[in-house]
Amino acid sequence: MSKKGDWVLLQNVILQPSERAPQVPEDTKQVPLKQWVKGWLTEDAEIGQEATARTRTGRVIKGTLVEEAPAYTHSFGQFIPELLKVQESIKTAMWGEEAQS
Amino acid sequence: MSDLSYQAVMGRKNQIMKAAVGLDYDQFELEGIAFDYERMMASSKLTIQEVMEVMHSFGVGNTPLVELKNITALARRHAKPGYGARIVVKDEACNPSGSFKARRAALSVHIAKQLGYKGVITATSGNYGAAVASCCAKAGLKCIVVQECFDGRGKGQPEIIEKARKCEALGAEVIQLSVGPELFYVFLRLLEQTGYFNASLYTPFGIQGVESLGYEIALQCREQFGKDPEMVVATNAGGGNLTGTARGLLQAGCKAPVVAASVDLKGLHMASDTQFNRKSFTTGHTGFGMPFTTWPDRSDVPRSAARPLRYMQRYVTVTQGEVFYTTEMLAVLEGMERGPAGNTSLTAAFSLAQELPEDAILIVQETEYTGAGKHQNAQLAFARENGITITIGDPSAQTPGESIVLPERPAQIKAVEVDLNRLRRSFINNAFGKDIKMPDAATLAYLAEEINLPHDQTRALIEHMLEESK
Repeated sequence: MSKKGDWVLLQNVILQPSERAPQVPEDTKQVPLKQWVKGWLTEDAEIGQEATARTRTGRVIKGTLVEEAPAYTHSFGQFIPELLKVQESIKTAMWGEEAQS
Repeated sequence: MSDLSYQAVMGRKNQIMKAAVGLDYDQFELEGIAFDYERMMASSKLTIQEVMEVMHSFGVGNTPLVELKNITALARRHAKPGYGARIVVKDEACNPSGSFKARRAALSVHIAKQLGYKGVITATSGNYGAAVASCCAKAGLKCIVVQECFDGRGKGQPEIIEKARKCEALGAEVIQLSVGPELFYVFLRLLEQTGYFNASLYTPFGIQGVESLGYEIALQCREQFGKDPEMVVATNAGGGNLTGTARGLLQAGCKAPVVAASVDLKGLHMASDTQFNRKSFTTGHTGFGMPFTTWPDRSDVPRSAARPLRYMQRYVTVTQGEVFYTTEMLAVLEGMERGPAGNTSLTAAFSLAQELPEDAILIVQETEYTGAGKHQNAQLAFARENGITITIGDPSAQTPGESIVLPERPAQIKAVEVDLNRLRRSFINNAFGKDIKMPDAATLAYLAEEINLPHDQTRALIEHMLEESK
């Protein structure tokens, strides 16, 4: 249960696949246009339920509660060995083999 | 309460926009297809000196011009004797929000404040969101940034997620959407609901803000190197970066040719849900660069102030792999870790410098900040997760959306020339809406400016197109 005042993420379907704009490519027409907005819950709610929240600019929005205390989880990703190799080859191209050994 | 359906809101587009940019675009329209570009560009009534003062008030601009001596030395090894221009970069990452977009935002937010708007909305998945958020924070205005961020599976582009984080860190509300041009519908609804200012990337205010960049480049180059640059390279997407920079250079009396550079994403459809996460660049690429160059008025305002074909002397493309490689070059040879998309023009410059003599100055007019998500490692890791092949080899042997090839050696970085006449023809077709005819003298003069050719050559080009269509 998320409490009133909790910082949450709400999701909405803005357009169903059948309502999508005519110029949209076929693959995009297969999926709905979705929206995600963060805000403070105005009443207690459960994940997966319809909820109402107030956003940082003071708008009141409705949507499905999909995440409580949403966090940033993006990163620099997995190790990419090719980049390390490229870095070393650039230094060698600039300063020569000897300087690098 | 007004009808909020897609058709109804799109139908109110013009009145919503008029209220949201404080400009009546009808006043700039001329006979037929023409409009008065310079009159529109004078909308703010600010001189370049006043624009510089606005920049200063937001702590924007005055970024260093840094000579890349090692990268220059490396480029010279692949040039004929006596060739290889001095490569100099304008370190725009030093702006408060980490990119040149701060300039675009500063003037827009200044105007919004002056006109009495309580808040500002912008539709962008790029650095511009953080720039608007940053300037709104300083001006005490509310800010909403609308992003296209996720595909239909809910998988987000790491770079765009990072930009959302930055906007939120600067106090803005961020609205994230899945792929699709109907973002514009959501945007219009928000403008109507809030009554906020539309800090469009394409208003005369936004572009006039970028003029400060070209102006500064000319003044700094003269001060540091005792002369004007021989070439300026600008990354081209929506066209505002190049347009504003070129106009600023001209205002400083600098006639250096401006070269456009984009990442080649040929074959990828920008509105495709399944291709959205198959690209490793979210801006600075041909997917925006080509359509916006050949038809600027596809933007979110009736007449775009970003009209790059008016100013570009050449247009070149580079590959995703070459840009990632150059980004590493900037880090390990010059000690500058910057975001990859901002290094598109640097990548092109490495190749273009080899065509110019050693005493020439080649200016790369931007860098951008880097961080989690917005980094070559993050982008390549994401590409690999999405089934893109990553190898080291010949960078020209790549297919956007399928493979990324990092060069084996610096000599493999080659800017590929785009035929400007092809773009000019496309512009003319778009301007006439396919019903092409020989224009009257006034319209011909207008088109000649738009495609940056003398009148007689513009006429000859249209005659040739008419001949072909018979």
